[in-house]
Amino acid sequence: MSAAEEVVTEAPAVEAVPKRAMTLGYGTSLVVLAALILTPLFVKNFIIFQMTMVLIYGLAVLALNILTGGSGQFSLGQSAFYAVGAYTSAILMEHANINYALTLPVAGIICFAFGFLFGQPALRLSGVYLALATFALATAMPQLLKLGYFEHWTGGVQGLVVTKPDAPFGLPLSQDMWLYYFTLAITIGIYIASVNLLRSRSGRAFMAIRDNEIAASAMGIDVSLYKTLAFGVSAGITGVAGGLGAIAVQFVAPDGYTITLAISLFLGMVVGGVGWLPGSIVGSAFIIFVPNMAESISKGLSGAVFGVLLFLVIFLVPHGARQVALVAQQLAAKLKKN
Amino acid sequence: MPFKLRTAVLSAAVIAFAASSGSAFAQKKYDTGASDTEIKIGNIIPYSGPASAYGSIGKTEAAYFRMINDRGGINGRKVNFISYDDAYSPPKAVEQVRKLVESDEVLVVFNPLGTPSNTAIQKYLNSKKIPQLFVATGATKWNDAKNFPWTIGWQPSYQSEAHIYAKWLMKEKPDAKIAILYQNDDFGKDYLKGTKDGLGAKASSMIMLEESYEISEPTIDSHIVKIKAANPDVLLIYATPKFAAQTIKKTAELGWKPLQIVTNVSISVGSVMQPAGFENAQGVLSAAYAKDGSDPQWNNDPGMKKWNEFLDKYMPGADKTESALVYGYGAAQTLAKVIEMCGNDLTRANVMKQAASLKNFTPDTLLPGVKINTSATDFAPISQLQMMRFKGQKWELFGEIISGDVLAD
Amino acid sequence: MELFANQVLAGIATGAIYACMALAVVMIYQAIDHLNFAQGEMAMFSTFISWQLMQWGVPYWGSFVLTVGFSFVAGIAIERLLFKPLAKAPILTNVAGFIALYAIINSVAGLIWDFTIKQYPTPFGSSPFLGSQLISTHQAGMIGVTILLLILLFIFFRFTRMGLAMRAAASLPESARLVGINTSWMIALGWGMAAAIGSIAGMLIAPVVFLEPNMMLGVLIYGFAAAVLGGLTSPLGAVVGGFLVGVFENLVGTYIPGVGNELKLPIALALIVTVLVVKPAGLFGRPIVKRV
Repeated sequence: MSAAEEVVTEAPAVEAVPKRAMTLGYGTSLVVLAALILTPLFVKNFIIFQMTMVLIYGLAVLALNILTGGSGQFSLGQSAFYAVGAYTSAILMEHANINYALTLPVAGIICFAFGFLFGQPALRLSGVYLALATFALATAMPQLLKLGYFEHWTGGVQGLVVTKPDAPFGLPLSQDMWLYYFTLAITIGIYIASVNLLRSRSGRAFMAIRDNEIAASAMGIDVSLYKTLAFGVSAGITGVAGGLGAIAVQFVAPDGYTITLAISLFLGMVVGGVGWLPGSIVGSAFIIFVPNMAESISKGLSGAVFGVLLFLVIFLVPHGARQVALVAQQLAAKLKKN
Repeated sequence: MPFKLRTAVLSAAVIAFAASSGSAFAQKKYDTGASDTEIKIGNIIPYSGPASAYGSIGKTEAAYFRMINDRGGINGRKVNFISYDDAYSPPKAVEQVRKLVESDEVLVVFNPLGTPSNTAIQKYLNSKKIPQLFVATGATKWNDAKNFPWTIGWQPSYQSEAHIYAKWLMKEKPDAKIAILYQNDDFGKDYLKGTKDGLGAKASSMIMLEESYEISEPTIDSHIVKIKAANPDVLLIYATPKFAAQTIKKTAELGWKPLQIVTNVSISVGSVMQPAGFENAQGVLSAAYAKDGSDPQWNNDPGMKKWNEFLDKYMPGADKTESALVYGYGAAQTLAKVIEMCGNDLTRANVMKQAASLKNFTPDTLLPGVKINTSATDFAPISQLQMMRFKGQKWELFGEIISGDVLAD
Repeated sequence: MELFANQVLAGIATGAIYACMALAVVMIYQAIDHLNFAQGEMAMFSTFISWQLMQWGVPYWGSFVLTVGFSFVAGIAIERLLFKPLAKAPILTNVAGFIALYAIINSVAGLIWDFTIKQYPTPFGSSPFLGSQLISTHQAGMIGVTILLLILLFIFFRFTRMGLAMRAAASLPESARLVGINTSWMIALGWGMAAAIGSIAGMLIAPVVFLEPNMMLGVLIYGFAAAVLGGLTSPLGAVVGGFLVGVFENLVGTYIPGVGNELKLPIALALIVTVLVVKPAGLFGRPIVKRV
C-alpha cells in the first residue's frame, strides 16, 4: 500500500442537530409529563414496573445520546457503565446497608470518574476504532465482575439479590408505584439538567466537536477536555440508571450486563433519533416492548420478527422518532395556518 | 328448617370426609389461574439470544400439554401453557415473570430456565407465595425448603453429580492427577465446588490444574494445550455441549489419552459424541439420570417409544438428538403428575404440597431405577444417577444407581 | 519452553480462524467504509447451506463452489434490497440495520437447522501436519487458503480496474462518481465479495468450532479485533492481525498469573486498543488526514 497520506473530507458520522431541535416544546412537554404522572394510577403493578424500566433504560439511552448525539463519539460500551452503577448500588445497599436513594449519587460519581478516565485513551480514537475500544470494555465487564478477587463483594457468578425499598413516610403507595415516582423524579431532574447542559457553553463545545473537531480546536475549544467530559457525563448518567435498574429488578448478575444490553441501548438511540433527547424514551420503549411483540407474533422466529420490525422502522423513519415529531410539528403548523 | 339442618349435616359430613381422605374428592378449591375448565401454567425460557438452544425445552413442554389437552386435559381441565422469552437476561426474566403472574394470572411458574434468571425471580415468587416449580437448573440452592418454601428443583444438582465423580475417582484411581476444565459461570463453578467437596482432604493433592474458559471463546484449543503440558491423567470436562465436543476431539488430535469424565449436560450421543467423533469418544465416562433420544439401546424401551410417538405426532421434524426434547418431556410429565395429584384442590399451597409429596414417580424418559421422590424437607426431586462409559456408538451403564443429595448451603 | 512453542503454534492455528474472518471484514470495510455486524451470521448461514447441500449428496467441492456462488449473489441481493434504500440514511441507522439483519439470519438458521452442533467435514483431513500434533492438516490447509485469499485480494485491489474503482468508490464517493465509476454497484459488488469470502471463512472454521447458529458469535469479535489491529484497509494487515491476536491471546492466558486465563480476551483487547492509541490507523493501515 502506498505510504502517501490520504486526504479526505470526511462527512461527520453524526449529522448536525441544531441545539433547539434537541428538545420538545413546553406544551408537548407538559402533556407528556402529565401522562407519565397520571398513567400509573390506572394500571396494574406489572405495567408500572414496565414503565419504570422504560424510564430507566430511557435514562441510559439519553446518556448515550449526550455522548453520540452531543459530542459525536460512538460507544458500544454503555452496558459496562450501567453494570458499574448497578453493582455500586447493590453492594452499598446489601453490604453497607446504605439507603438506596443515597447509593445513586455514589453510583453516578463513580461512573463519572470511570467514564472520564476511559475517555482519556479513547481520545485518540474515533469511528470504528472507538467502537472497538468501547466494545472491548463491554465484553470485559461481565468477566471482571465474575473475577474471584471481587467475589466477596460482587457475589461472583451468582450475583447479588437486592431488597426493594418501601415507600417512605408511611405513604400509601405500593413498592412498584413508589419506585416509579422516585425514578420519574430522577429522570425529569436529569433530563432538565441534560437539556441545560447541551444549551450551555459546554454543550455548544460538544456540538462544535461533533460537527468538526479540527475547526472546533481552531476556535479555541479544549477538545480533549470536552470529549472526556462528555464520556464522564454520559457514564455518570448511565451509572445512575444502572443503580435504579438494580433496585427495580432486585438482582444484579454478570449475565444481566452483557454486550446485548449495550446493543439494545444503541438501538434505542437510533430509533429515538440520534441527538434528540426526548426520543430516548421512545427508543427505550422500543427496546422493551418490541421484543415482546415479536415474541407474541412467533416464538420460534422472534429474533427474525424483531429484525423485520426494526428494518420497517428504519426504512420508514431513518432519523427515528425525531423525524415523526418533526412531521407532526409541520402538520400542526399547517393546520394552524388554515 | 329440617331441610336446612339436613344440608348442614350433609355438608359437614362431606367436609369431614374430605378432611379425612385429603385427596381428589375434596371440595373444589381454586387460586388465581385455575378454574373448572382450565389451569394456567407460566414458563420463561430463552427463545432468543445466545442461549436459544434451550428454547426447545419450552417448545417440547408446550407440545406435551397440547397432547394432554387432546386427551381431555388433567382431571377434566385443559392446561393453558404460557411461555415467554427471557433471552437469558435476569432483568427480562423479572419482567416476564411479573407479566405471567400479574397480567396472565397463572397458577404456577413452571420450569423457568437458568440459575441467574431463577435467582432473580425467586424472592418475588416466594413473597407472593407462587410456586416456582421444577426449575431448569442444577444449582444446589433450589433444595432449600426452609428459606424458600415455594421453590423446588427438578434435575440432579451439579454438585451432587460432581460428588459422584469424586467418589468414583477416589475409589478407582486413588492416585489420579486431575485437571478440571470448567465453564466460568455458575454451572461450571458448581461442578468445581462439588468435585472439591467430594474429594475432601485429598482435593489439594489430587487436583493439579483448574482451567476455566469463557463461553464467548470460539475454540478452547489453547486451554487443552495448557492442560496437556501439566500432564494430568484424568480430565474432568465441565463444559456445555459445543465445548465438550471440542475438548474430546482436540485431546484425540493431540494424541493424548487421559481418562475423561464429561458432565451430564453434554452426554448427547447425537450432538456431542458424534460431532466429537465416535473414535475419539471411546472410554469417556459420565453419569446419567435420563435416557438419550439418540441412543439406539432404547429403541425398544416402552417409555422411549411413547416419547418417539409423541414427537412424531406433536413435534414432527424435530431433531431427536437434542437432549432438550427428553428433558422437556420429563419435566412436563412431572408437572402433569403433580396437577393430577392435586385433584380438585388447585390452590397454590396444595400444588406445592403435592409437588413435595412425589413418591417413586418415574417419567417415561428416566433411566430404569431412577425415581422421583420429594418430601417437605427434600426439594430435590431427582437425585439419582448412574455412571456410564462410552463404547462403540452408545453409552454403557455400569455400577449401581447412586444417590447423592446436596442441601443448599 | 516447549509449552511456549506449543502455545504459539496453537495460537497460529486459532489465528488462522480469525485471519479468515478478518479478511471478510476488510473486504466489506473497503466497500462500505464500515463494519458489518451481520457478517458472521451471513458466513454461518452460507456454511449451513453447504452443509445442507452435502446432506443432499453433493460432494464437498461441488457444494463449496455452489455455496461461494450463492453467497456472492445473496450478498448483492441483501445490499440491493435492504441497504441501498438506506444509502441516504445516517450511518448509525445503517448500523442498526446490520443488527436487524443479524437477528433475522440467526433466528431463521435456528428455526431451519436447530441449535445442536453439527459435525462439518474438512477436505484436508485432520491428521497431524508434518509430524506436529499441534497443527492438523486441516489447520495447515486453512492457513494456506487464507494466504491464497490474501494474495487474490491484494491483486484485486492493487491491479484490477474493478478493485481500484471499488476502493475509490468507498473512500471518495463524489470524486469516484465524477470519473465515471458506478459507486452504487461497487458497493453491491463489495457486499457480494465480502459474503463470498465470509462463506469460505465459515466453511473453514466450521470443522474446528462445529456448525451451529451461534458459531460465529465469538469468531466475529476476534475477526473485528484482528482487522482493526492490522488496519482496516489492508488485507495483509488483517491476516497478520489475525495471527497476532491468536498467538497473543494464548500467551496472555498461559503466562499472566492469576487473572490471565479468566481475562485473556479483555487483556488482548486492551492491548489492541493500546496499539491503536499509538498507531491510530492500525499496524498496516494508511493514516488518514482530515480536511476542515
